[in-house]
Amino acid sequence: MEHTSALERVLRGAALSAVVLFFMFPIFWIVLMSFQTNETILRSPPSMVFEPTLSNYVALITGRLETQAGSLDIDFMRNLMNSVILSVSSVALALVLGVPAAYAFARHKFRGSEDIAFTLLSFRFAPPLLVLLPLTLYFQQIGLADTYVGLVWVYQLICLPLILWIVRGYFEDISPDVEHAYRIAGHGWGATFMKIALPLAGPGIAAAGLLAFIFAWNNFIFALVLASADKQPVTVGALAFVTASGIQYGQIAAAVVLSIAPTLALALYAQRYLVEGLSLGAVKG
Amino acid sequence: MSGLTISNLTKRYKSDTVLDDISLEIAEGETLVLFGPSGAGKTVLLRCIAGAVDPEAGTIAIGGTDMTDVPPEGRGVGMAFQNFALFPHMTAFDNIASPLTARRFGREKIRSGVEAVAKLLKIDHVLSHAPKALSNGQKQRTALARALAAQPKMLLLDDPLRNVDAKLRFEMRLELPRLLSEQGATVIYVTQDYKEAMALADKIAVLVEGRIIQMGTPEDIYLRPADIRIAEQFGDPAINLLEVTPERDAQGNFVSLSKKRVELGPGYDSAVGRPCILGVRPEAIGFSGGAEAIEVTIEAETPFNEKTVTLATTKGGREILISRPAGTPAPASGTAGIDIDASAAVLFDQETGRRIEPGSDKTRARDAA
Repeated sequence: MEHTSALERVLRGAALSAVVLFFMFPIFWIVLMSFQTNETILRSPPSMVFEPTLSNYVALITGRLETQAGSLDIDFMRNLMNSVILSVSSVALALVLGVPAAYAFARHKFRGSEDIAFTLLSFRFAPPLLVLLPLTLYFQQIGLADTYVGLVWVYQLICLPLILWIVRGYFEDISPDVEHAYRIAGHGWGATFMKIALPLAGPGIAAAGLLAFIFAWNNFIFALVLASADKQPVTVGALAFVTASGIQYGQIAAAVVLSIAPTLALALYAQRYLVEGLSLGAVKG
Repeated sequence: MSGLTISNLTKRYKSDTVLDDISLEIAEGETLVLFGPSGAGKTVLLRCIAGAVDPEAGTIAIGGTDMTDVPPEGRGVGMAFQNFALFPHMTAFDNIASPLTARRFGREKIRSGVEAVAKLLKIDHVLSHAPKALSNGQKQRTALARALAAQPKMLLLDDPLRNVDAKLRFEMRLELPRLLSEQGATVIYVTQDYKEAMALADKIAVLVEGRIIQMGTPEDIYLRPADIRIAEQFGDPAINLLEVTPERDAQGNFVSLSKKRVELGPGYDSAVGRPCILGVRPEAIGFSGGAEAIEVTIEAETPFNEKTVTLATTKGGREILISRPAGTPAPASGTAGIDIDASAAVLFDQETGRRIEPGSDKTRARDAA
C-alpha cells in the first residue's frame, strides 16, 4: 500500500471532492435561491453575489404570496403539516403491521411463505400509475378519496414492503438460540418477541422506519391524484407556485428547503444506523 | 422415579433422518453423557428435550410427566448452549436472572438467587457487565449460571466447555461433577471429548448417525466398546487395532502375532477363521524378556507426566503403542520384547466393526459351575 500512497491519496481526494460537489451543489444552489428574489434568480449571467432576502420564507409562513398580478393565498404550512401527518402515520401503521409480519417470515417457514413475502415486495416495483386509476374509482365509491385514512392506506404500498424486507433480514440475523434460551428460561413467545427479538432488531427497525419515512415524504403521484388541496403534502403543494403570473422560483426554493429539512436532518442524524441496517440485511446469505 | 424417559424419538429434516428411533431412560439425579462425533444428532436430541425442536415421532417425559407437546417455557428445564446464547443487550445479572423473572419472583429473591449462583461459579464480580465485556470463560460461566439459576430438575448442557481455553476446561472438568451433584438435577451433558465423558458420566450414551449404538457406564464403554468406532474414540493414547484371524488348537483359541501365540480369552469360538480386528489398550501391553515375547523395534518415546508412551513396530511392520507408568524401566531404543495381556483385549468383526462378545463360552462356563 505504501508505494501508491502519495498519488493515490491525491486522486482519491479529487474524486471524492468531485462526487461531493456533484451531489451537494443542487442543495447548495437551492439554499442560495431561497434567499433571492425572482429578479436576481433569473438575471443572466447568474451570479453568487446578491442581497439576501427573507421575503420568500415570510411569504410561505404567513401564507400570502405577493406577485405583480396581486396577492395570492398559499397553503404551504398546511401542506407541510399534511406531509408530517401522512408520513408519520403511514410509517407508524407500517411498523405495527410490518414488524410482526417480518418476524413471522423470518422465523416460520410455512407453505407459500416465500411467495407471500415476494408478492408484498413486488408492490415496490409495480409502476404506481398501474394501480392509481382503479384505486381512484374504488376510493370515490367507498368514500376514501381525499381522506387521510385513504392516503395512509395507499402509502402502505410504499412503506410496508420496505419495512417488511429490511426488518426480516434483521430478524434472520438474530441467532434462534438466543430466543430459545429465553423461552427455555420460562418466558412465553410473546415476551420473547418483545424482550429479545424487538430490542435486538432495534437498529434495523429504526433504519427501515427512517427509510420508509423518507420515501413516504417524497411521494408525489399518489397524493397528486388522490388528495385535494387541503390534504396535499408539500410535494404536491409546491405546484401552487406555478402561478398565472409566472413561476415563483424564490418561493419554490424556500419551500424545497423547508420540506427537505426534516428528512435531511433525520437522515444525517441516523446515517450510521441507515448504512448499518441496510447492509446487515443485505449481507445475510 | 425416572428423571427422563424418551421413547422412539424420530426427527427428520426434509428427507434427512437426524434422530432415528431413539429410546433412553435416565434415573432422577443421574448424569448422562451424550457422546458422539459432530453431526451425530446430539444437539438436536438436546433441543428436542428442551422443546426448541419438535420431533416427528416419539414421546419425551420429564420427571414422569409427558412433555412432548409442552412448549419450552413449560418444561422447567435449564439449558446451557454451546455458543452460550447470552442475551447481548442485557447485563450478566439480567441474563442469569431471566429464569427467575419468568417465575415472577420478588426483586429480593431474584437478587439473592442470582448472587448465590454467581458466587458458586465465581462470576459475582462481573454481574454488571454486558456479555460483550466478558471473557470467554466468564461467558461460559454466565451461561451455566443462567441454566442453574432456577434450580431446574433437568439440566441440559450442550458441550459447555467446547469454546473455552484448555486451562479453564481442565478446571471446569474438575469442578463440574461436584457442582452437578450439589444441584441434584438430572443432567444430560453433550460432549465430543472422551475425558469429559469419563469424568462426568454416570452413564454414557454413544450416538452415531442418529442412533444410540451403545449405552452403559464409563467402564463398560471403555472396556467393552460395542463398536470399533467407539473403541477408537475412547482412550488416549488410542487403542491398538490389529488385523488378525483367530485360530484354534487343543489349548484353546489364539491369534498369531509375529508368529507368536497370543491367547484369547474363552468364548471366541464363533470368531475362529473369520477376519477380525484385535483391540488392545496400550496399557495392556508390557515390556518382557520372556521366550514368548513378541519382538519389536522401538521407534519413538513420548514422556507425559504420569505415563510414557512408546511407539514400536513389529517385524511385520505393524505399529503398536505401549503405555506404562512414568518412571518404570524400559528399553529406550533398539529391539525389545513385548507381552500382550489378551484378557483385556477386545475382538471386533472386521466386516461389521461390531464387537464379538465372548458369549457362548461364558454360558457354558456358568453351566459347568
